[in-house]
Amino acid sequence: MKKEKEFVLPGDVLVKSLDWLPGKNCYRDGEEIVAKKLGLVQIKNRVISVIPFNSIYLPRAGDMVVGKVVDIQSNGWIVDINTAYDAFLPLAGMKQFIDITKTDLSTILDVGDLIYAKIERVSKTSVYLSMKDPLCKKIQTGRLLTINPAKIPRVIGRGGSMVSIIKKASGSKIFIGQNGFIWIEGGKEELVIKAIKLIDREFYKEGLTDRVAKFLEENA
Amino acid sequence: MLKRADGRKPEELRPITIRAGVIEQANGSALVQMGKTTAVAAVYGPKSMYPRHLRLPDRAVLETIYAMVPFSTKERVRPGPSRRSIELCKVIRQALEPVIFLEEFPKAQIDVYIDILQADAGTRTAAINAASVALADAGVPMRDLVSAVAVGKIDGEYVLDLTSEEEDLTACDLPVAVIPRKEQVTLMQLDGDVSPEDVKKLVRLALKGCQTIYQKQREALKRRWIDEGAK
Repeated sequence: MKKEKEFVLPGDVLVKSLDWLPGKNCYRDGEEIVAKKLGLVQIKNRVISVIPFNSIYLPRAGDMVVGKVVDIQSNGWIVDINTAYDAFLPLAGMKQFIDITKTDLSTILDVGDLIYAKIERVSKTSVYLSMKDPLCKKIQTGRLLTINPAKIPRVIGRGGSMVSIIKKASGSKIFIGQNGFIWIEGGKEELVIKAIKLIDREFYKEGLTDRVAKFLEENA
Repeated sequence: MLKRADGRKPEELRPITIRAGVIEQANGSALVQMGKTTAVAAVYGPKSMYPRHLRLPDRAVLETIYAMVPFSTKERVRPGPSRRSIELCKVIRQALEPVIFLEEFPKAQIDVYIDILQADAGTRTAAINAASVALADAGVPMRDLVSAVAVGKIDGEYVLDLTSEEEDLTACDLPVAVIPRKEQVTLMQLDGDVSPEDVKKLVRLALKGCQTIYQKQREALKRRWIDEGAK
């Protein structure tokens, strides 16, 4: 049986027993539970799973994401959110009422525009976005940083602890897209970028929040 | 005992180096050197499948694009798909498909680009080794890695991992790809003339060689994510 936080590769047997259940990124093969991706083992109650080191973004309802408008249709926009499928932002997902007989949709969002949006609904092969959440907006100023989506939970930290210390030290507004994009606006943007690069490099280490706090103190 | 031109024992592999994560903008990548043969693989996706009419409703499409770069051999290789490279794309795809959970991404596409930078026999096996490390590096859900090696028979002796000099002497050339954990064969081709008993022994030798390569692949991925990550 593999230990908690042990490094595994796809094909590694995590446990050979029917007493355990396969969680995320694992599959059952007869008596064995086997890893699907490379990462660290996580054991919770009777569920054994793998936290991947590298992964494309897998959309989940309720996630905030940064997307790029790639096409305009009669009833909404097609948005690239860096996942296996294109997302759709319907007119009904906008805050304001839009009369399509009188408005040119490209005046609201044009091809190439970046948006910060919420995932409303996910089916097996399609994703629907919404801009109704007060946090959602069109991105016009600031900087956009890309990191591996698998590392986003570390950037947020437990209960948002990591992102809040970065916000405090830099005075920037930070909007995190679960799909691997981080939008930084105002304040000490350079400092935020350096801190996030640090997380990117040392994401798997313990005591990361303290490390970043120390780094921010030294470089503030 | 047979003496090989490079001083190896008959059942010895060429020196192998594997590095994962060599291409920054790819989701996953790997470089594999088996002797002089060098292959680079880069994985992009899963992403939306285009053209649309080729989408599969129940699973993702795995696209393997194998190419030898023009300077990879003594004589210049004409760029672009050839009869040979089209076949290799197909056999490499079929060697990798059984280990990937393609059904997790219906209507999507996974691209694996494999370039052979230097060719000295065994390019398809080097390509498979590189592609499987690159796929694991990209975090594509997989059942296991895939390892591959070619075997042959020279002067009545079974030899592992042929070079192109040896390829001219061998009675047969038998590339094999296996899923190491279960020892399931995903690729087996045979050129030449040998008896069924020989084939059995050759496959057994190839399986042994694949296990060594499998360990190297594992080490490479571990180095990339644990040791190099610590820098």
